[in-house]
Amino acid sequence: MIPASFDYEVAESAEHAIALLTEHGDEAKLLAGGHSLIPMMRFRLATPTVLVDVGRLDDLRYINADNGTISIGALTRHSELEHSQLLAQSCPMMASVAALVGDPAVRHRGTLGGTLAHSDPASDLPAAVLALGGTIVARGPGGDREIAATDFFTGYFESALADDEMIVEVRVPAGDAGWNYQKFNRRAQDWAIVGVAVADAGAGVSLVNMGSTPLRASAVEAAVASGASAADAAAVAAEGLQPPSDLNADADYRRHLARVFTQRALNAAGVA
Amino acid sequence: MTMTEPETHVGSPRLRREDPALLTGEAQFIDDMSLHGEIWVGIVRSTEAHATILGVDGSAALEIDGVAEVLSGADLAPLWGEGALPCAWPVTDDMRNPPHLPVATSVAKYVGDAVAVVLATSRYAAADGAAAVSVDYDPLPAVVDVEAAVADGAPLVHEDLGANESYTWPLIPDPEAVDEAFANAAHVVSERYVQQRLIPAPMEPRGVLAAPGVASGELTLYSATQIPHILKVMTAVTLGIPEHKIRVVAPSVGGGFGCKLNVYAEEILCSALAMDRGVPVRWTESRSEAATATIQGRGQVQHIELAADDTGKVQAVRVKLLADMGAYLQLVTPGVPLLGGFLYHGCYDIAHYSFECTSVFTNKTPTDAYRGAGRPEATYAVERAMDSLAVAVGVTPEEIRSRNFIAADAFPYESCAGLIFDSGDYQAVLDKAVEMAGLEGVRADQTQRRADGSNRQIGIGFSSYVEMCGLAPSRVLASLNYGAGGWEAATVRVLPTAKVQVITGSTPHGQGHETSWSMIVADKLGIDPDDVEVLHSDTAISPTGLDTYGSRSLSVGGTAVFMATDKVLDKARLIAAHQLEANEDDLEYVDGSFQVRGTPTASVPFAAIAFAAFTAHDLPEGMEPNLEAHVTYDPPNFTFPNGTHIAVVEVDTDTGDVDIVDYVAVDDCGNQVNPMIVEGQVHGGVLQGAAQALYEDAVYTEDGQIVTVNLGDYLVPSAAEAPAYRVAGHVTPSPTNPMGVKGIGEAGTIAATPAVINAVVDALRPMGVSDVAMPASPQTVWRAINEAQGGAS
Ligand SMILES: Cc1cc2nc3c(=O)[nH]c(=O)nc-3n(C[C@H](O)[C@H](O)[C@H](O)COP(=O)(O)OP(=O)(O)OC[C@H]3O[C@@H](n4cnc5c(N)ncnc54)[C@H](O)[C@@H]3O)c2cc1C
Repeated sequence: MIPASFDYEVAESAEHAIALLTEHGDEAKLLAGGHSLIPMMRFRLATPTVLVDVGRLDDLRYINADNGTISIGALTRHSELEHSQLLAQSCPMMASVAALVGDPAVRHRGTLGGTLAHSDPASDLPAAVLALGGTIVARGPGGDREIAATDFFTGYFESALADDEMIVEVRVPAGDAGWNYQKFNRRAQDWAIVGVAVADAGAGVSLVNMGSTPLRASAVEAAVASGASAADAAAVAAEGLQPPSDLNADADYRRHLARVFTQRALNAAGVA
Repeated sequence: MTMTEPETHVGSPRLRREDPALLTGEAQFIDDMSLHGEIWVGIVRSTEAHATILGVDGSAALEIDGVAEVLSGADLAPLWGEGALPCAWPVTDDMRNPPHLPVATSVAKYVGDAVAVVLATSRYAAADGAAAVSVDYDPLPAVVDVEAAVADGAPLVHEDLGANESYTWPLIPDPEAVDEAFANAAHVVSERYVQQRLIPAPMEPRGVLAAPGVASGELTLYSATQIPHILKVMTAVTLGIPEHKIRVVAPSVGGGFGCKLNVYAEEILCSALAMDRGVPVRWTESRSEAATATIQGRGQVQHIELAADDTGKVQAVRVKLLADMGAYLQLVTPGVPLLGGFLYHGCYDIAHYSFECTSVFTNKTPTDAYRGAGRPEATYAVERAMDSLAVAVGVTPEEIRSRNFIAADAFPYESCAGLIFDSGDYQAVLDKAVEMAGLEGVRADQTQRRADGSNRQIGIGFSSYVEMCGLAPSRVLASLNYGAGGWEAATVRVLPTAKVQVITGSTPHGQGHETSWSMIVADKLGIDPDDVEVLHSDTAISPTGLDTYGSRSLSVGGTAVFMATDKVLDKARLIAAHQLEANEDDLEYVDGSFQVRGTPTASVPFAAIAFAAFTAHDLPEGMEPNLEAHVTYDPPNFTFPNGTHIAVVEVDTDTGDVDIVDYVAVDDCGNQVNPMIVEGQVHGGVLQGAAQALYEDAVYTEDGQIVTVNLGDYLVPSAAEAPAYRVAGHVTPSPTNPMGVKGIGEAGTIAATPAVINAVVDALRPMGVSDVAMPASPQTVWRAINEAQGGAS
């Protein structure tokens, strides 16, 4: 519970952070809300030798709407998503999912950029961004590039980000048609044992903690698109997936839960 | 909360005076303290469940800045010589008890067993150093499961003891009568239950700071402990430091639940090193470390059988227990199953009793007392079995209980296990709970949902319990081979300005003694509770005491305070009589003044007496100055709190998820001093009991690795999971002590576990489920449904 020793740098700007990342290479880690990184350091599962603190970059804390696209700064806290009037009107799913992350202390520290970069298959907001068909804007030494959420999560706690890149913005389409998020856990502050996000009346469906990455349930999406009932679409929710086994659920039970909650989410999103 | 000052304080809610310091961070815990020149201990803990220690290599650790020394168990052995950690409860004369050194020298016996020690200048350096020490292990076969431990050919935890059984303890007053009752029974219920191991998780893990007086030869030991007094004696005995040279201080202590009722390796280690090196030595436990370095609770396999006649009246109960001691016997490890061993007939009038416990070593962290200690296990077994009996007889759970309750007019009642129960009206308590729960309406809802085949089924769970608190009297403890008495000490000292100091030998660590004791004294003396200071938890201030555990504080320690205040009043009365030139028998004490009965103008206020006692200018002939009294109270019997709890759960049959939708607790803890504290104890206790039912489980792999070492994996429920409790009291004062009090610290935990599981089983019985293992996680419940339905699991 005591982290190994490390150096600490405060970034003055995104560019400064990227310069520090370039300088220190893969020894360095960005520190945003710290609510994933610091626990891992305390368990000594992560031992970066340099922390680059981007938590004070307030110019990357914003939620804007423009032409049907919502742009969210990477350092926006979960609690800011949860309480945003703009999101409540234009993309209620993001606000509603944010409200289910951890507990209030976690939501006041954790950031949207951090939770995406961390690429934990059990996290909530990545599933929302995936189901909504969002885009992640990464900045590197050579400038900005856009990464579709569907291309972003590449492996277990791995993303398409390069070592010297930083997420600066996340974009999701505005809309409040036919969405729902089901999160199944044992205690209010816990990660989902299984979660299901449905956007756009079943056109976008994603699953939490059902594989090594946050993932799109493409079989369900296809079934909905072809006019299947919610029950029939949910029946294929776990098809081809290799969900993890842990203390809360083994793989079989997870597959069962994925079917149950996909059906509940589709029903709640208006798919009969 | 605003509260107006009541006429008498006892019996009215009063905000806890302890809380402002705790809530504002002013309270000092061990880790807040710091002494000049202190060194930190980092402990290297075994990663193997059972292994020979071939070598300890500290060279990499010694390279780290701030690391001063790396010491193996063998290096440290001379510090304690033969002095092993104490077990104070050798329950049988032939009990097997292996020597237990603070740091293992040759064989590590469980994951978490201390195998080496790093001394460093900071906590961080100590942690870095401990992580860098490499230990060469030669693994031995591990014994993890208790039933496997007693099987033929099981590997031995302690090779030289020759067996894994530590002891067998029977309590079978009349074996033939039991056999006969079973032979003649119309209904026999026979069940096997598993009490999983629990990890106590007080807000504050443990911590130790040992400070030597180099010139004086004294040791001041600060420890996050429930038992400074017992720790002082045991440290003296273990390390051979003269007892009068030891002072033990428990500063603010963030909860214990029994896990700080112990004498731990780290306390002895830091003390020994401090005395040896002549510098303060300290250690703070991390949360993950606590999962294996601090004792665990429960850990039993229970077989219970009930023999009943055709009306469901139980004639005999027969119990066989296997209790998991872990690798070593800590302070009262072997006694914990016995504390339940007298209570397997529950609150029922059962004629014949058979209890036998075999306690077994395994390669796991030692178990010991954890909130309820033995009584939750007993209550669970009886209350689950009574529900099974109700099904067999074809009556409701409340009816089977009513048919078997000890009658209200039967007290004092001698139980088949040989205890004398003090007072109670178990039927009245159950009736009140049934009414509060609105049982009829809940049953109607349940029936409807069953008929509808709803995927949200309702279950109703009863738990009627009786427990025993205030371990006493001392001579009965002797017959149980318990290594201490059951008394408690108190001093009440009136200061010259009529303010009062109370010194209690009871050691609060969250219970609110300061508030409650001040209310008791204030009422008796007719003064304001704020004029009463309560001192405790430092053996230099409170030299005599037996500390806090087993719901004993009020019934034993509070009674001592009550009686010491009486003694003060007796002396004050003599002074008053002298001043008023009246006969002391003609005086009455009204609103803080002595007055001559019938002549209220002839009166002398308490403040005047206090000052007179101090100046000693004019005291009765031969009277000693000052107004102060000391009492050591040894109660004549236990007290027997009881109650009925009803849990209503909703089970999502698609997922197995259980939600407690209503929880009613009616408890008889005798007279209540501060009902707000009573209610708080019930709330916390119930959640802790529900936690065993639904959430908590110390999970070990087959080879003895523990999996649940942080609060992400070990599921302590939070306020969000707590049911919306509805709590009520029913008072039958205990005749055992002058205040008529019983105890409430453990009642909620004792009652709640079977209430919740009975409710889950009740919800699922129509689906063919008759048992659900604890914790009843969604996956476990879902599997139980599937298996009962003959489906795939
Ligand atoms: C008790 C607890 C409960 C929780 N419960 C949940 C839950 O229920 N659901 C859930 O989804 N999450 C949960 N979390 C995690 C929480 O949401 C985290 O805050 C989040 O996952 C990470 O965000 P952060 O800002 O704290 O990132 P940090 O911990 O600061 O960083 C995480 C990783 O992302 C990198 N990083 C951070 N920001 C950027 C960036 N802008 N660009 C590139 N890389 C970056 C860091 O270098 C690091 O590798 C919980 C956390 C805790 C402590």
